Amino acid sequence: MTAATEAHRAIEAIWRIESARLIAGLARIVGDMGTAEELAQDALVAALEQWPTAGVPEKPGAWLMGTAKHHAIDLIRRRQTLERKHEEIGRDVERAQKGIGLDVAIDEDVGDDLLGLIFMACHPVLSKDARVALTLRVLGGLTTEEIARAFLVPVSTVAQRIVRAKRTLTEARVRFEVPGGAERMARLASVLEVIYLIFNEGYSATAGEDWMRPGLCEEALRLGRILAELVPAEPEVHGLVALMEIQASRLRARVGPSGEPVLLLDQDRTRWDRLLIRRGLTALERAERLGGAMGPYALQAAIAACHARAATAAETDWPRIVALYDAVAQLAPSPVVELNRAVAVGMAFGPAAGLDLVDGLVREPALEAYHLLPAVRGDLLRKLGRYVEARAEFERAASLTENVAERKLLQKRAGECTAEGTAG
Amino acid sequence: PPTPEEMAEFQKFNEELVKAGVVVGDGRRHPSSQGKRLRFDGKKRTVIDGPFAETKELVAGYWLWQVRSIDEAIEWLKRAPFDAGTYEIRQIFDTEGM
Repeated sequence: MTAATEAHRAIEAIWRIESARLIAGLARIVGDMGTAEELAQDALVAALEQWPTAGVPEKPGAWLMGTAKHHAIDLIRRRQTLERKHEEIGRDVERAQKGIGLDVAIDEDVGDDLLGLIFMACHPVLSKDARVALTLRVLGGLTTEEIARAFLVPVSTVAQRIVRAKRTLTEARVRFEVPGGAERMARLASVLEVIYLIFNEGYSATAGEDWMRPGLCEEALRLGRILAELVPAEPEVHGLVALMEIQASRLRARVGPSGEPVLLLDQDRTRWDRLLIRRGLTALERAERLGGAMGPYALQAAIAACHARAATAAETDWPRIVALYDAVAQLAPSPVVELNRAVAVGMAFGPAAGLDLVDGLVREPALEAYHLLPAVRGDLLRKLGRYVEARAEFERAASLTENVAERKLLQKRAGECTAEGTAG
Repeated sequence: PPTPEEMAEFQKFNEELVKAGVVVGDGRRHPSSQGKRLRFDGKKRTVIDGPFAETKELVAGYWLWQVRSIDEAIEWLKRAPFDAGTYEIRQIFDTEGM
């Protein structure tokens, strides 16, 4: 490896480590995310120009921040001569200058800066897509190309989404802040939603050839773990981390040798990642200790934990899972939750009891195009020996999913019903 | 043995790693005097009590990190407050990335 490529690889890695903290620190100074990101990019360009020949500095994070802050002061001065009120700028410059020369890599304020940036990227004024793209970009340090690849959309779409999101933040005058009081809960909920959306897109890709994109799961987990350290007193953050850790523990087991999905009860549990399970259970305990056992993420994590604790599928504590779904349904009633509860009831009290509940959901408009409704119904019918009906349900489910691997699995199940039907 | 200052610096570095979501597991070993070795010779197994003389390849502890590339691991390790010794980075097989 030549010195230049070595430096480039180092710069790329350093950017991944530093970019979020860098953008966060700059956003605090200049107030808006768009400018902060541009300044950070300028510093990156400077590093790419200088480091391959001059060598990587001893404290690369501090170097990047110092360079960017100098640019920030220049920018604020230029703005000063252009338009803005004098007293306001004086404060800006003073604020910016104070930061210079500090060892930002170990700056005590970094945590708050990062939190402010997270709240900004996940601001409810933005659409879900915009929040996800912006979060991956400014907090994950992912390039527009990487985000586009992960979500199977054109690069131009992601680029536009990010540009528009930044504009929306500016127009809505979203300030760089860590909200407190009642607003904090709502804003935090939005942050958790974005992280879980990213995780879920990786865990069961909604479209495309792959059943999963583990890179997105890892990114979401990383963001969740960072957030848990930033706001350790918030039980739902630990609930979400617990849920993601336990679900991620099954990543290896939920895909077969030729990339086909393997459903929870069919998985080889020896392939579950014990470390992640242990981390998940610890995070769940933390959420419960903080009084958050009844939070929506903690409850889902508790359900995941029931599976994680069972050495075999047969040992699963289904009655407890039913009870936990009851709690989820009370907290946030939804047809999807009812469907999941029906599955648990089917396991705990027999397929006929489960089918009763699923039949009650068939006319639910929200589930009309939801492939898991016919999939669940097919499963229960099959257990009751009603193979012809089961087959029709699996075929319907297959026609509704956009995911290729999942469609194949459902078609396989439909085929099995035909075989079982003629054999019986 | 490390001085209290060195320990504090190490703690600080470790905290930084945890806050960045990098550390997912770790373990420190007891001194080798409390360790055992097993020697294999055909069907024969011999248990040898510590301490073990050679310190060259002695593993004192480990971290389990989740990072996005080996370059990122290198950059993190460079920041460690160590002034002697050799630290090795090894990748673990896992589901493939994005």
